[in-house]
This record gives sequence, C-alpha cells and structure tokens, in this order.
Amino acid sequence: MAKDLVSALADLKEKEALKIVEDRLGGGEDPLKILDEARRAVEIVGKRFADGEYFIPDLVYSGEILKRITDIIKPKLAKASEVKRRGKVVIGTVAGDIHDIGKDIVVFMLDVSGFEVFDLGIDVPSQKFVDTIKETGSKVVGLSGFLTLAFQSMKDTVEAIRKAGLRNEVKIMIGGGQIDDQVRSFTGADAYGKDAMAAVELTRGWLRG
Amino acid sequence: MSAEEKREARFATLLSAEGVHFQSPEAEASFKANVKRLKDVIQLKKPDRVPVLILGTFVQAHLYGVTPFECMYQYEKLISAHRKFLQDYKPDLFSSPAFAGSGKILDILGYKQYKWPGHGISEKAGYQYVEGEYMLTEEYQALIDDPSDFWLRIYLPRIFTALEPMAQIAPFPNLWEIVGVSGQMIPFGIPPVQNALKALMEAGNEAMAWIQNIVAFQMEAKGMGFLNTAGGAAKAPFDILADTLRGTRAMMIDMYRQPGVVLRALERLTPLYIKQGASMATFSGNPVVFIPLHKGADGFMSDEQFKKFYWPTLKALILGLVAEGCVPFLFCEGSFNTRLEYLTELPRGSCFWIFDRTDMTNAKKLLGNTICIGGNVPSGLILTGTAEQVKAYCKNLIDVVGKDGGYIISFGTSMDEGKPDTIHAMIDFTKEYGVYK
Repeated sequence: MAKDLVSALADLKEKEALKIVEDRLGGGEDPLKILDEARRAVEIVGKRFADGEYFIPDLVYSGEILKRITDIIKPKLAKASEVKRRGKVVIGTVAGDIHDIGKDIVVFMLDVSGFEVFDLGIDVPSQKFVDTIKETGSKVVGLSGFLTLAFQSMKDTVEAIRKAGLRNEVKIMIGGGQIDDQVRSFTGADAYGKDAMAAVELTRGWLRG
Repeated sequence: MSAEEKREARFATLLSAEGVHFQSPEAEASFKANVKRLKDVIQLKKPDRVPVLILGTFVQAHLYGVTPFECMYQYEKLISAHRKFLQDYKPDLFSSPAFAGSGKILDILGYKQYKWPGHGISEKAGYQYVEGEYMLTEEYQALIDDPSDFWLRIYLPRIFTALEPMAQIAPFPNLWEIVGVSGQMIPFGIPPVQNALKALMEAGNEAMAWIQNIVAFQMEAKGMGFLNTAGGAAKAPFDILADTLRGTRAMMIDMYRQPGVVLRALERLTPLYIKQGASMATFSGNPVVFIPLHKGADGFMSDEQFKKFYWPTLKALILGLVAEGCVPFLFCEGSFNTRLEYLTELPRGSCFWIFDRTDMTNAKKLLGNTICIGGNVPSGLILTGTAEQVKAYCKNLIDVVGKDGGYIISFGTSMDEGKPDTIHAMIDFTKEYGVYK
C-alpha cells in the first residue's frame, strides 16, 4: 500500500490522505514538508483540471481535503511559515455582483499555484481595487462577475485603474458565466479566462516576464 | 388517455384561450399562429418561420427605465413596462412578469436565501442567491423520510425569519383519529407559532394582490396576440439539492462523501417535481413547463458524475412530465456540449432546450432529429454589440441551426438588462429572414 501523500490527495482519496498525514506527523516528520507535498498534490489536481481530466467538483473537493490537512498541521507549525510566492494578484467580484463560487475557485487555484492573492471579496467598489493595487504593488488584477451588470462594473473598474495612472502597471483579466471576448473588448481588460486554470495560465504568462 | 392525447388536449386548451378578449381579429390570428408555431417547432414539423422567444427577468422593465426594485415593489410599474415591451417589440413568446417576484412578500417572511434590490444590493441590480447550506449534511435522512415535513419544520424556519417558530409544530402524520386531533393542535396555541401563521396570512394577502396583477396582464397579453412561454415550472432533482438545499460547494463534496444518500434523496424528490410541473400546467392552461438547469453543465461535474447523479432523475422528470402531456422547456445556461449525447435518449419532439454557450452547430447535428433547440444569442453581444453584429449572428443561427425548423431564436440567458437597437435587431431580423419557404 503506497504511503504517498501526493498521489492520495491528487487522486482525491480523502481518508487515505488524512491517515498518511496523521501517521507521518506521529512519526515526527517535519510538518512543513507534509504541507508542501499537499500543495504539490493540489497543483496536480489543477493540471488534471486544465487537461480536462478533472472538473469543478474535483477542485472543490481537493480544496476541502487540503483544508483538513492544513487544520491538522497548523497547530504543529512553530510559526507561520511562508511559502515562496511567484507574484501578487488582486482579485474580486465587481460592484453590484455578489457571486463568489467562480471567484473563490480562481483564488484557490492561484493560491496553490504559488501566487500571493489579495481577495477583496464580493461587490467590490472600483476604488477598492485601485487602493489595493497601490498598497500591494500587484501586477495582475482579476475581475469576476456573473451578472450582465458586471460588464459595466468591470469597465468602470478598468477605467478607475486607468485614471489612477496604474493601467500600464497592471494586467487585467476578467471572468464569469456571461463573459466572452466581446465583453472583454467592451471592458478594456487585457484578457478573459474561461475557467480557473485559464486564470492561472494568464497570470503565469504575465508574471514570467 | 395516452401521453400524446393528453398533450393534444393541453394544446387545445391553450388554443381555446378561454376568457380572453382579443383586441382585434388580427390579435386573435396572431395568438393562434403563435401557438401553432410553437407546437410545430417543438414537434419538429417545419413552422411558418423561426419563433422568437424573449427570455427576461428584468430586461423588459430596464428598457423603460423601471428598476428591479420597482418591479418587485410597485407591480403596476412592472406590468406597464411589460405591456409597452410587447407593444414595441412584438416577440412571439414572452416571459411572464411573474419572474420578478414580489419583494413585499419576501419582506413579510424575512427571506434569507437571496439578496434582492434594496435589500443587500442596489435597487438597480436583480436578485442574487446567497450561497449557503440550507440543508445540513445530517438532514438527508429527514428529507428522504418525509420531504414535506422537512420543508415545513426544518427548511422554512431556516430560510424565513418570520417562520422560525414553525419548527415547533408537530409532524402532521402524528395526527391520527380523535385524540390525535387535540394533541396535534397544541403547538398552534403557542404565541410565536401563531405569529408565524399570521405572517403567512399576511404574505398570502400580498400574494393575492401580486398574482391578480400578473394574471390580468397575462390575459391581456394573450388578447394582444402574444403567447406566454411557460405555464408551469419544475427543477431537476439534482438542482433542488445543489441550488435550493445544500448549496453548490456542499453538494459537490457530498457526491464524494455520501453518494448513496444523495442518490436516495434524488429519487425521493423526482415525483414531487413531476407533480409540481403538471399541476401548474393544468392550472395555467399552458402545457409548457420551464425547467432551469444549473449544476449539470459542462465542467460542473464529470461525465461519470453526470451519468450517475444528474441525468437519471432529470430524465425521469422529463419523461414523467411528458407522460402527463406536458412539454418540458429546459433552460440550459453555461454550455452542455459534453451532455448532448444523453439528450438523444429523449422521445422525439417531446420537449425543447434553450442553450446558452453550447456549440449550436454540433447540437443541431446531434439532436436535429430528436428535439427542438434554441437560444445562443449572447448577452454580451446584445448589451455591448451593434444591431448589425446581432443580425449577422442571428443569420448564421437561422441558416445553420434553423435549417428545416427545430430552432427557436432566443437569448442564451434570462436577461436583466437590454439595449433597444440590438433586441429589435434580433426580433425584427428573425421575423423577416427566418420565414420558411
């Protein structure tokens, strides 16, 4: 029987994964190492999602298992440990819209992919995006929205970023159920992503350079 | 009667337009043509032209400067906008103003499952669902044992502040014979329970005021020659669990952690929604039953999960409604590309599917001989595009998907907002170009 945490979690075997974590912690292993493996496993989940092998419930469930593992490990960590981060992303559901399922999945996948994510939540005023970009120096902004009223809010947010003199400092991506390239062009965003892994790929591409 | 005879009888009732005062002989002819066009297109007989369906929650009001808040609180403004919309845009098939719902009723009951205009969101925004677990993971068995009791004593107290005391009443099957009657009444003497009942009566009074406006308008719209797209509504059993009860995240996890109990709950729920759809269709005199689909779309689950959790009870719902002579109208947001093969299992000409982002060329190829399809005019194009772009988009849909019938033009989603030039372009162009020779 394999005692491989990475494959147990990547294959969504919750009980097996949790048992491995408990056993290894009991055996005195470095909790940080276990946590790193768990994060790697969820990156594999993301890759399988991008490849069409996994679907949204698999992402959500892997997040749930990861949360349980983190809950077990956290008390054992000496101090808040920081993983190396690849760059910063500001994200939120735009003004007037309170939908968060899609946005939360994007946040989760960006986080496990190693980005530092500033999640502003739902119904976020454009000024809040501007302020957070300034405070954090983030180079990527993600605007989420499910309703058609989000088209205008996204456009307003892009405009507010431009007015603040930050438009050339950041790349802006948008996403949501009714978003397509027509809407992207209307809002003045740089790109739209059709799912969470598209957001990760866009972010990777922009922050590589 | 066979299912087909029942359906014919339901269509005959619809066509008879009992109690309707037609505004002119032309209006009467137009109404009858709309019924025939819908019936023909659904049954895969080539209609006279591509039917035009307007799916909208707040779009009709938006076009006339009436806010979602006003729609939900000032019924006469809602109705007036819908009337003007029909006069100005003349679609064949319209969406009832009932889709706006009454905000006053939500206020009386203290509804917690949604935010609506002026209550947690702007007066200009449409209502929005608040994700949450409205049924707890340990409550599956209570749901399966007795869904109505679950609704009455667990679900209603949870989603309505004013009905919290309903948790104190006793299950109604406890009432048996003479002594049971007296015991059963005890909770109704508790002041908080009595207050909950008063709230229900108050909500009922408001519902009467609301529905009188709605029904009067629907009769008037028929009199103008237009056809209400749906007479009833139902939901896929999986969506009842995933939208209404457990919430999106919890339901996704339930498929892994407790698949057995999920399947039992789905089976338990199915007949309830066949009954809902059929009884509403009977009450309204319109055979079409609207079924909005959500959590079975592409990406929302794997094919294996769709086959196991979503499709069997959705199919049973559709077949159950068809057996009652109803016409299920599946409204399918997102995309359904990976699910289309399943739809070929449905009886020919029995229902129609309005798609949003689904590849329509492929859908036509796979389903053209089985069921009528429609939709796919993108909200983004309507709201941010030009009339010319919309015409070009519709032309392609009519040429490819509308070839030899079996297609209804429609937005891919139920719109909250609109733009006059593009909506006119969709409707007017289709009426002109979509005529079958």
